[in-house]
Amino acid sequence: MTSTPTTTAAEPRMRDATAAGGAGAALAGTGTLVRFALRRDRVRLPVWILALLLSTLSTANSYQQLYGAPEDRASAVETMGSPAGLAMSGPRHYLDAYTSGAMLGHQMLGFTAVLVGLMSVLTVTRHTRAEEETGRAELLRSAVVGRHAHLAAALSVAVLANLVLALLLALGLAGLGVEGIDAGGSLLYGAGHAAAGLVFAAVATITVQLTAHARGATGTALAVIGAAYVLRAAGDSGESGALSWLSPIGWVQRTYVYVDDDWWPLLLCAALTVVCAATGFVLSTRRDVGAGLRPEKLGSPVASGALGTPLGFALRLHRGVLLGFGAGLFLMGAMYGSILGQAEDMLKDIDQLQEALDRIGGTGMAEAFASMVMVVIAVVAAVYVVMAALRTRAEETAGRAEPLLATGLSRERWAGSHLAVALGGGTLVLLMAGLGFGIAGAASTGDGVMVPELTGAALAHAPALWVTVGVAAVLFGWFPRASAAAWIVPVYAFVVGYLGQILQFPGWMNNLSPFGHVPRLPAADMSWTPLLVLTLVAAGLVWLGLAGFRRRDLETK
Amino acid sequence: MTKAISVSALHKSFGRTRALDGLDLAVESGEVHGFLGPNGAGKSTTIRVLLGLLRADSGAAQVLGMDPWAQAVDLHRRLAYVPGDVELWPNLTGGEAIDLLARLRGGLDVRRRAELVERFGLDPTKKGRAYSKGNRQKVAIVAALASDAELLLLDEPTAGLDPLMEVVFQDVITEAKAAGKTVLLSSHILAQVEKLADRVSIIRLGRIVQSGTLGELRHLTRTTIEAETERPATGLEALPGVHDLRADDGRVRFAVDGGEVDGAVRKLTEFGIRSLVSHPPTLEELMLRHYDDALPAADRHGTDGTNGAQVAGSQGAQGDRGAVR
Repeated sequence: MTSTPTTTAAEPRMRDATAAGGAGAALAGTGTLVRFALRRDRVRLPVWILALLLSTLSTANSYQQLYGAPEDRASAVETMGSPAGLAMSGPRHYLDAYTSGAMLGHQMLGFTAVLVGLMSVLTVTRHTRAEEETGRAELLRSAVVGRHAHLAAALSVAVLANLVLALLLALGLAGLGVEGIDAGGSLLYGAGHAAAGLVFAAVATITVQLTAHARGATGTALAVIGAAYVLRAAGDSGESGALSWLSPIGWVQRTYVYVDDDWWPLLLCAALTVVCAATGFVLSTRRDVGAGLRPEKLGSPVASGALGTPLGFALRLHRGVLLGFGAGLFLMGAMYGSILGQAEDMLKDIDQLQEALDRIGGTGMAEAFASMVMVVIAVVAAVYVVMAALRTRAEETAGRAEPLLATGLSRERWAGSHLAVALGGGTLVLLMAGLGFGIAGAASTGDGVMVPELTGAALAHAPALWVTVGVAAVLFGWFPRASAAAWIVPVYAFVVGYLGQILQFPGWMNNLSPFGHVPRLPAADMSWTPLLVLTLVAAGLVWLGLAGFRRRDLETK
Repeated sequence: MTKAISVSALHKSFGRTRALDGLDLAVESGEVHGFLGPNGAGKSTTIRVLLGLLRADSGAAQVLGMDPWAQAVDLHRRLAYVPGDVELWPNLTGGEAIDLLARLRGGLDVRRRAELVERFGLDPTKKGRAYSKGNRQKVAIVAALASDAELLLLDEPTAGLDPLMEVVFQDVITEAKAAGKTVLLSSHILAQVEKLADRVSIIRLGRIVQSGTLGELRHLTRTTIEAETERPATGLEALPGVHDLRADDGRVRFAVDGGEVDGAVRKLTEFGIRSLVSHPPTLEELMLRHYDDALPAADRHGTDGTNGAQVAGSQGAQGDRGAVR
């Protein structure tokens, strides 16, 4: 390093001088970029913040209603105190004074910390790596914009969003008037969110230096969030809790907000934030604009045999999402399965759920609970199925269908192969969820019959999923611009199937959802007729959708 | 000669926009047919109708003797298409995309593929998202030319290629022509069409305004002549077909209609020619005459000299653009 501070301004080719004399110049334009970023995020960030705020406030409120009486809280302590319960929530110490506030810190904080982290990571990536990848950053960097301005602006926006969220949470929770939620604790609760968000924003400042693509940068940062959650889950379910001390989410939970109100764990978050952000800024000077520190991975120069068939090709495109949902649903099923044994104790004191479960019928509480879980599993599988079926539309609008459809590949086979992956993949995802639920359920109840019973119950939802694919196919074929309306199916299924059970919607509302016709296994008896009808409807809809696609213009760029 | 493509009275509207407005087009088998027009004239729409990706509102189209809408798949097995804006799958390598497109078309010549990859300097191991626009374009070109298609539909295929690659592209198309393939080459890069095309159709506002061999089209235009004479040349303005005459100090510059060159040059010899330069009409000039109404008034009534300068300028700009991309 031959540079000295006196030559900084004049020396054009110095990469390392920015930290010293050129600090001001390196940040030139940051303020403008911050305003620009806020303008671009004027809808996105408020939606994130409001969604997090409102879900927290309504959860706090519902704790007050569900666990108002001391005996209800005592039974909650009992259920959440199991290793599985602790893995899904937070450290055991919260249970010592399990007020509504403590419940919020115990059950909600770890979960929302993940979401705040997600918001922060996406914000930083969007305004740094994604801008570089599209070449827009290059355009701006050629103006009077310093080397560090983009990163500094992105980080500032993330800080701002987190602080606003923290403030709103503190005010909102304090103003809620729920027993056990005081103003001091609420301030800490909000600050905990900001601390978690900032740690992961700072992590993202590093990951955006590593790969040349926003997807890779986001993925790496999300993997860090995931690892943090897994570490705290493993730590909290064990005796010592040592692993939780390796996780920023664990630190935030160890403020024991509304119980002890310790602020000092947040110092750990602050320190890690500073270290990570500093690393990010240093690394950013070691690379060229548009390039990543890690060289792009190369792939195969020729296509494998399977890629040459439409179905093989569609599978290749869907592979990542399918595997992700399969693994995710298996874990989700396993999580529900692990508490199936305690379902009886957990639910018997919650009157509203009790009534809903009684209406479902069935022999035991565990089976009634399992039927309800099936609705959630089916809805998540429906989300996958809509994503997969709408891939046709995404490929079309991206201009990637055009060269394929100019080959010997017919429209029906092209769209059909994507829909086939949606149909088969949806079924596979259900199978995975059922297996996870069944295996963990068998372990927690000690009843081996759970495996085939719960797997079968999950698979019974397959025909309803196929109808969902059919709805997406018809929209794609006949009303391509309205394709996104297919999302109504999973949303409606959730509202009616899950909330409707508790809030007692009229029967016709239930019948509108394809999932409303699926027999509520394992609590209810199997009935084949509706499944057969759903399958026929699905086949008709898919056929109709393909017929529409055959007739219409391909949308090109 | 049989017709590879024949189109008559084709209409296609998108909402209120009339993209094709009675288009007629004929491409003979074995020729390279230039399809020229400014952006938005309807070139891509025409090609997509010929591919059966869009359905014409009215009119008839036949490609290789087939109806492109009803027999799209059979037709596609015999042709190859390079879109103007190639989009690739972000997580597939360029090599995989080439194989995929060629296999779906019915197979490819592995040796030819390797040769083309080499000649275009394409790295087939990179992922689609890592390619620049020019490299994405190369992927589509290699995929199209490595297959054994008898008809090539190329929609501004070299957009984004650098000038060196442009030369490779011209060689490859010349070879394809020698192998008896038919090529429909749409472009607004006129020099390219001029070098490759046997015949040219000029499209404007969804309609063919001019069609013929380059020779036929040149006949319709003017040659520019610049001469230095011993004595000031006079009386040229009285000759038939002479336009935009400008003379100063023994130098003379004018445009002359295709059929009147002989008379003008004879006249010049009377004044003792010291030097003589003649510019054949370029396609730029052909285009400018057809799109005359689209130019600002000041340019329209300028002399041939300013027109020529403008043409040279626009050519230069195109060259620069090619190099920057």
